[in-house]
Amino acid sequence: MADARIQVPPQVRRGENFEVKIAIRHAMETGYRVDEVGKPIKRNVIRELVCKYNGAEALRVDMSSGFAANPLLQFWLVAVGSGEVAFEWVDDAGTRYAERAALTVAG
Amino acid sequence: MARRAAIPLALIGAGAALCVSLAYAQSPAARAIPLTELKSGLAYTGEDVRALQADDFANPGMLWVERGEKIWNTPAGTSAKSCAACHGNAKSSMKGVAARYPAIDAKSGRLFNIEARINASRTGQQQAEAFAPESEDLLAITAYVNYQSRGAAVGVAIDGAAREHFERGRAFYYTRRGQMNMSCATCHEQNFGKRLFAETISQGQPNDFPIYRLEWQTMGSLHRRLRACLYGVRAELLPIGSPELLDVELFLAWRAQGLKGEAPGVRR
Amino acid sequence: MNPYRFSPDNAAPASPARRALLAGAALLTAAQSLPALAQLQTNLNELPPLPAMEEFLAGRRVQFARMQLEIPRVADNGNSVPIKLGVLGANAPGAVQSIHLFSEKNPVPRMAVFHFPPAAARFDIESRVRLAGTQRVVAIATLADGTLCVKVAEVLVAIAACLDGS
Repeated sequence: MADARIQVPPQVRRGENFEVKIAIRHAMETGYRVDEVGKPIKRNVIRELVCKYNGAEALRVDMSSGFAANPLLQFWLVAVGSGEVAFEWVDDAGTRYAERAALTVAG
Repeated sequence: MARRAAIPLALIGAGAALCVSLAYAQSPAARAIPLTELKSGLAYTGEDVRALQADDFANPGMLWVERGEKIWNTPAGTSAKSCAACHGNAKSSMKGVAARYPAIDAKSGRLFNIEARINASRTGQQQAEAFAPESEDLLAITAYVNYQSRGAAVGVAIDGAAREHFERGRAFYYTRRGQMNMSCATCHEQNFGKRLFAETISQGQPNDFPIYRLEWQTMGSLHRRLRACLYGVRAELLPIGSPELLDVELFLAWRAQGLKGEAPGVRR
Repeated sequence: MNPYRFSPDNAAPASPARRALLAGAALLTAAQSLPALAQLQTNLNELPPLPAMEEFLAGRRVQFARMQLEIPRVADNGNSVPIKLGVLGANAPGAVQSIHLFSEKNPVPRMAVFHFPPAAARFDIESRVRLAGTQRVVAIATLADGTLCVKVAEVLVAIAACLDGS
């Protein structure tokens, strides 16, 4: 399951900046750790995260093992209209994830 | 003549022993840390970790709580029942429950912690496979159940069948072990508040578990944390869910009486 | 015959000349560590040597201004360090194209790149990063007109008090 939590304000006024938060459950395995028998654990981190607001790219993040495990990201968008804030991310293993949240814009 | 005197003496001795054990039963142990001086581990963490635990969005443990909520509502096993099918809304049915654990299971007479209780329902009522120890799913459902005891005062029973578990747990706590020859009390009763390298030693309280430990980069149970301590003093690690760790868990809960539940915790 | 090569009698230097030589060597070692002591006062107004960052800069000049980088001076744990990025005075749409984040000592020096679309009007980012030990991090904002704004911060990262093999 795409374990992620997205938070947007319950309501925003048109033209206002609003904060978006996303918390993703992903081990962000660096590839530098070894297991109990000394075998290296394969690297698997989120490579890229894209946020689209009503279909238009609103933020793109090139990620690396430099992000903490179970990454948290907070950033700002400009309210242009009601709709949805959608996230897509892909990791080294090629697995694609997606999660979205509805947004209500008044005015 | 000596033999006649021995019988009354024996009676007096037995009477004395009975009195002592009764008194002992009422006050099982002097508490090394008085109840009024108990402090959650939060008091000993850094500012950032405290802020992270307090932020219900940023707290990484909440990812497991949410996953636990999904598990709660998902039908499982041949019963095709979810936890909700019997227990309804966890917010009410599980309120304060974890604060009373570990507890003796009436049916089996065994000491159950929350994980054992969950798995007993999983295999018994739900007719599903038990969650593996320290598995993502078990951590998630435990986090969700313990989350419902947020703000509830820890309070466990140590009488009746629980008594021998409590005594064993307490003995374990005060026994030196490992290459470093330290007991739990060495750090958590004799030296809490003092610094160990860059960290401040806590009282070792269990009320925030399961916790997201930055060092683990994931969620973990109290038993995992106890194993980490055992590793720290170079003692033999006991398995998650082992009787020894379970007994210690009961002792720790007794020791933490009155502390409010704060799950999911965040620690460094 | 003495079976031991170094007995307590032989341990101490016997001759005054040998003692002077040892004392001199100790003084020299102490003197050589003085520049290291001076380096404890890290200069945050210069870029650390970092090939990955230099490749990105490609010889362009940078300004030590406007870039905001908030990161603790001492990290509770290197696995998860909170970070706040921002660009002072940037509140017009499209004011900032991207923010790069570089690490001085991580195995992967280019930690993150945040790409903003032309419609973006607020460029504050909060996240949590991994730092492999005490080091400097460098944040570089590329403004709409190509100006590069830079901020360097140093973070002290301590290891855990007890090793954890759980």
